[in-house]
Amino acid sequence: MARSKGRATAEVNAGSMADIAFLLLIFFLVTTTIASDKGLTLTLPPEPDDAEQIDVKIKDRNLFKVAINSADRLLVEGERLDDYTKIKEMLIEHVLNPNNSDDLAESPQDAIVSFKTDRGTSYEIYINVLDQLQGAYYQIYADRAGITADEYRSLDLKNPKEKALYEKGKGDIPMAISIAEPTNIGG
Amino acid sequence: MSKFKKKTSASQEIPTSALPDIIFMLLFFFMVTTVLRETEIKVEQKIPKATQLKKIERKSLVSYLYIGKPKQTEKFGGEAKIQANDVFIEPRDVLLWVSKEKDKLSEAERDKITIALKIDSEAKMGIVTDVQQKLRKANARKLMYNTLKLTNKDKSNSLL
Repeated sequence: MARSKGRATAEVNAGSMADIAFLLLIFFLVTTTIASDKGLTLTLPPEPDDAEQIDVKIKDRNLFKVAINSADRLLVEGERLDDYTKIKEMLIEHVLNPNNSDDLAESPQDAIVSFKTDRGTSYEIYINVLDQLQGAYYQIYADRAGITADEYRSLDLKNPKEKALYEKGKGDIPMAISIAEPTNIGG
Repeated sequence: MSKFKKKTSASQEIPTSALPDIIFMLLFFFMVTTVLRETEIKVEQKIPKATQLKKIERKSLVSYLYIGKPKQTEKFGGEAKIQANDVFIEPRDVLLWVSKEKDKLSEAERDKITIALKIDSEAKMGIVTDVQQKLRKANARKLMYNTLKLTNKDKSNSLL
């Protein structure tokens, strides 16, 4: 009893452990990057040789034409547009054509977006407009599936339940965004 | 009285033994959420922002291309360049690069390759479409334009 009283507490000095851990932490902070694998997905059309064989005539009313020149000015459906955020609503109206207008798409399946840029167009405006175009389609899909566009985009296709919802939204409406070959005027 | 005195004479040190645990927790958090930098990025990367983001489904199928103005402008010039792995390549080299990247994948997955494009927002579409045409030729048609999330704060800033 008397012995145990006199004994010092048997503690290992762990003060420097924090320093070591800090060192490791800082090493990882410096050498790693936070993965940011998010972005806009797009599938390019197949090679022109294959495409030429299927020579499909597209009616002019089905086309939704977006063009950007080298000064980043927009031309949508033949008219100048200053605010690119309006494209989304224009495209939704074009695809769904709620009032059966003569100059909008015949049916959602037929609608095609033709997106043309110039070699001098900046990448930023390209992404901004592509974002609007895709946003319009996701909005249409999400409305059909009865969820928000954000939820629709994050659906997990491996989960059968979510896959069904995805199919319900997408149905037979393809996201037909065609990236046309660029022009080289004023580039 | 002496009994009480003994109690107050306990060691006045603050226990710091939990500190390493906290730091380790932070360390593990960073180890899990981040990836090691595989390549040194030699081009400027001011990634544009967008709202309609999608996640890459299978990361093993992704190869990265970086496009932007070189950081060392005195050495490589001020024109936007393409960086693949650790070197600058020309648009005509993209075909070869894609076939090399495809070789890394297993036979069945070769056509599912996704090219993630990390492009500086100041780059011009000329170089981007050159690359796209080559990717089409190389039959690597799945693209991902890496972008950041556009927040409401950015929106209000851009309107001002």
